[in-house]
Amino acid sequence: MSMVEEPLYPIAVLIDELKNDDIQLRLNSIRRLSTIARALGEDRTRKELIPFLSENNDDDDEVLLAMAEELGVFIPYVGGVEHAHVLLPPLETLCTVEETCVRDKAVESLCRIGSQMRENDLVDWFIPLVKRLAAGEWFTARVSACGLFHIAYPSASEMLKTELRSIYSQLCQEDMPMVRRSAASNLGKFAATVESAYLKADIMQIFEDLTQDDQDSVRLLVVEGCPTLGKLLKPQDCVAHILPVIVNFSQDKSWRVRYMVANQLYELCDAVGPEPTRTDLVPAYVWLLRDNEAEVRIAAAGKVTKFCRILSPELAILQILPCVKELSSDSSQHVRSALASVIMGMAPVLGKDATIEQLLPIFLSLLKDEFPDVRLNIISKLDQVNQVIGIDLLSQSLLPAIVELAEDRHWRVRLAIIEYIPLLASQLGVGFFDDKLGALCMQWLQDKVYSIRDAAANNLKRLAEEFGPDWAMQHIIPQVLEMVNNSNYLYRMTILRAISLLAPVMGLEITCSKLLPVVINASKDRVPNIKFNVAKVLLSLVPIVDQSVVEKTIRPCLVELGEDPDVDVRYFANEGLQSIHHVMISS
Amino acid sequence: MNGGDEVVAAPPGPPQLLDWKFSQVFGERTAGEEVQEVDIISAIEFDKTGDHLATGDRGGRVVLFERTDTKDHGVSRRDLERMDYPIGRHPEFRYKTEFQSHEPEFDYLKSLEIEEKINKIRWCQTANSALFLLSTNDKTIKFWKVTSQETSLVARSRRVYAHAHDYHINSISNNSDGETFISADDLRINLWNLDISNQSFNIVDVKPANMEDLTEVITSAEFHPTHCNMLAYSSSKGSIRLIDLRQSALCDSHTKLFEEPEAPSSRSFFTEIIASISDIKFAKDGRYILSRDYMTLKLWDINMDSGPVATFQVHEYLRPKLCDLYENDSIFDKFECCLSGDGLRVATGSYSNLFRVFGCASGSSEATTLEATKNPMRRQVQTPSRPSRSLSSITRVVRRGPETPGVDANGNSFDFTTKLLHLAWHPTENSIACAAANSLYVYYA
Repeated sequence: MSMVEEPLYPIAVLIDELKNDDIQLRLNSIRRLSTIARALGEDRTRKELIPFLSENNDDDDEVLLAMAEELGVFIPYVGGVEHAHVLLPPLETLCTVEETCVRDKAVESLCRIGSQMRENDLVDWFIPLVKRLAAGEWFTARVSACGLFHIAYPSASEMLKTELRSIYSQLCQEDMPMVRRSAASNLGKFAATVESAYLKADIMQIFEDLTQDDQDSVRLLVVEGCPTLGKLLKPQDCVAHILPVIVNFSQDKSWRVRYMVANQLYELCDAVGPEPTRTDLVPAYVWLLRDNEAEVRIAAAGKVTKFCRILSPELAILQILPCVKELSSDSSQHVRSALASVIMGMAPVLGKDATIEQLLPIFLSLLKDEFPDVRLNIISKLDQVNQVIGIDLLSQSLLPAIVELAEDRHWRVRLAIIEYIPLLASQLGVGFFDDKLGALCMQWLQDKVYSIRDAAANNLKRLAEEFGPDWAMQHIIPQVLEMVNNSNYLYRMTILRAISLLAPVMGLEITCSKLLPVVINASKDRVPNIKFNVAKVLLSLVPIVDQSVVEKTIRPCLVELGEDPDVDVRYFANEGLQSIHHVMISS
Repeated sequence: MNGGDEVVAAPPGPPQLLDWKFSQVFGERTAGEEVQEVDIISAIEFDKTGDHLATGDRGGRVVLFERTDTKDHGVSRRDLERMDYPIGRHPEFRYKTEFQSHEPEFDYLKSLEIEEKINKIRWCQTANSALFLLSTNDKTIKFWKVTSQETSLVARSRRVYAHAHDYHINSISNNSDGETFISADDLRINLWNLDISNQSFNIVDVKPANMEDLTEVITSAEFHPTHCNMLAYSSSKGSIRLIDLRQSALCDSHTKLFEEPEAPSSRSFFTEIIASISDIKFAKDGRYILSRDYMTLKLWDINMDSGPVATFQVHEYLRPKLCDLYENDSIFDKFECCLSGDGLRVATGSYSNLFRVFGCASGSSEATTLEATKNPMRRQVQTPSRPSRSLSSITRVVRRGPETPGVDANGNSFDFTTKLLHLAWHPTENSIACAAANSLYVYYA
């Protein structure tokens, strides 16, 4: 008896918790819905659990969201594809709630289930559901309906297909902008399932109507769908129907629409082919690069490399490059910053000569930009240029830029440049690094901001990895160890951190001969914080050194710290001793 | 519509003078009862259909009322007509529910107390038969969902839009796109998505680099009722700016500016103070904007920025008393204004719990003063309010209601402590809800 009840007991609890007042418990239970279903078996899941869930639709959003997600993968638990339709009613209800993210998840799950359902079942269950939602009293249902047509349509009969197309077109003409937005953003998906004859007639009509919508928020979404739609059409149809629209949109009154065009334009180039790209899309793009609104220029500048990759180098140099030059001295720092984040990628596109002749002056001017983000963005992509023209041409300007960023008064800027130092080191080589940047790396260890000191310690480790232990022995270790006697205990702590990071890279011998003695020495520090950090560092050294060293040096030191007057020091020392004990036993 | 329905055979000439009648009062004070500060109503708003009414108070509560005369009657209009029922049924409301929207808070960072007082309420799109509304105090906007669960109504806070305003929020307004709204404080206007509470975009910023250069603050802001890209905001210098969100991301430069400088002859120390606009409202069709400053109501055509199309004197009789009003701070009172759904009339509040209704259709000379009591016409005097000039469509009208300086029509002196600041016009019918301290009065005509 107990054999049967034991495994069922937790299930009863889970089912009970589905009704609990505590949202956390309900959430836990929903998250383990598949466990409940497995325990109940397919039959009872279909007949009891799913109907129960269908009624349980007035819960908190979080619970509903979890439920919508779980139901999407529930087909195996209700007995496979032939029973999939029993999952539709609870999801249909979730498609009507007012919380957008719940509805979206329910639609996603319905699509997932629908795409596995048998054709007959789709006709019997799924298509009626789509029609019910599309005719829903509240806009929430109609918004959800728009995202389901592409699943319903392919298995519908000719007559039903005609009806579905007409319902979709009605949804696009709704009074509620929310519904039109949903219809606009799902148009591409739906169009992909529609036969090409209707594509040109019905779908393009819907598309054209939406392009004229009063609401900016609707037109925006139409722009977003243009590339998808374009790819469905033959190039000549795309040129005839999509191209004029997008060119028009590129001069829309609303900057938000133009912003969207700037983001999407390059994706359309393939769909229309090279000639219309040259005659129509390039001029439109050039307009956007020179737009009055900075936000639009930001979007356009950010796509400059992607766009140039599609064009021939000649066209890029002739048409786009002049704009890039203008943008490099744009009045908005954010535009320059967006440009700086992609412009290095143009070097491989334009080739060596054009890069030296045309791009290099722009790189250099951006490297001197007054806004640190711009300089940082250039530096972060240095490797892309290095492959094309080498670093020498840049190094003269690079160094002052790096030094200035290294000393920037905003710690986040300093942090960003530290993170690029290993990249710079690998690109610039040991020689350049030693001369110019070594000192900076040491200087950061004594920054007044903790995050910088921490990043500096990490940086040393990555440099040691890049250039090898021999180099580090010469250029890092001595300088680091020198700082261990700094009068500020915070700086001494940073050195301990650096030692624990460097030790694994440096290996057994150097750790024992150089690093360990310094750590042991630090255990006599007068500041408790240093001492318990010593305990932590010692523990991190155990896997690197020999057992004899542990016994002879580390353990005695920890034992001594274990009797320290400070409670925290004793705690960490004892913790260390215990861990050593465990390691010894297990090995 | 079948014949005989509501005799709207559009009589030539101005619409008839409305005969205002008392309909309802909620929270009526008994004689001598002291008003609790927290009970004083600080916001009133009808929803788009006019089936619901919300009020907010200084105690941070929101109270909802629902219309009773349209629902619950199985009898169709046609039947009522056949039964010779009076057709002109007027909106009647009943208490629906109330909830605590805002609590007093303390900003420890700035060492500032944040009052719970509700500054504005705006209704949002209804979904799944639940009601949605936005409410705001000085700092935090909240999005509420009100649903009926079993037998009771439950209000749940769905989102909290906080930490976006350094100054006091004076307005919130929904966009016609159904997904965004704005919130305005003294110096900035932010744009929000209803679904996203952790970020907003600053679209207007009038804060000067140096606060000593500050000469003008934002007093009120509202979205155009149908054009999702247009919004208007008013300033303490008496100007209204229309901005187009399509033009640029930061709308610091306006598309149109509406202002009417005071004639140099009547300039005084108070000129700038009384010019400050306390409220603006778009008419339903979006063509006109109504503004209220301390002395007047002004109606502006958004296609005509040379001056208001009509000016209605509300407080002209107070001009000699401005000095006293300045001394007791009354001059800084912020009176709201509203327009009727058909755009033919405008209304605003005054002192002694009075409010005034003006006809603004061309040729109308309607100017009524009502008192927020059960007998609203008590103080009404049938003075022929004469339009000052002929009324062609282009003339600007300056119209005066009955005005006796210092005293009202009955010879009572005006009471500056009882002021009617908040009122709202039903979106489809001639019905006005207004607040006198803690009492909500509803009138119809």
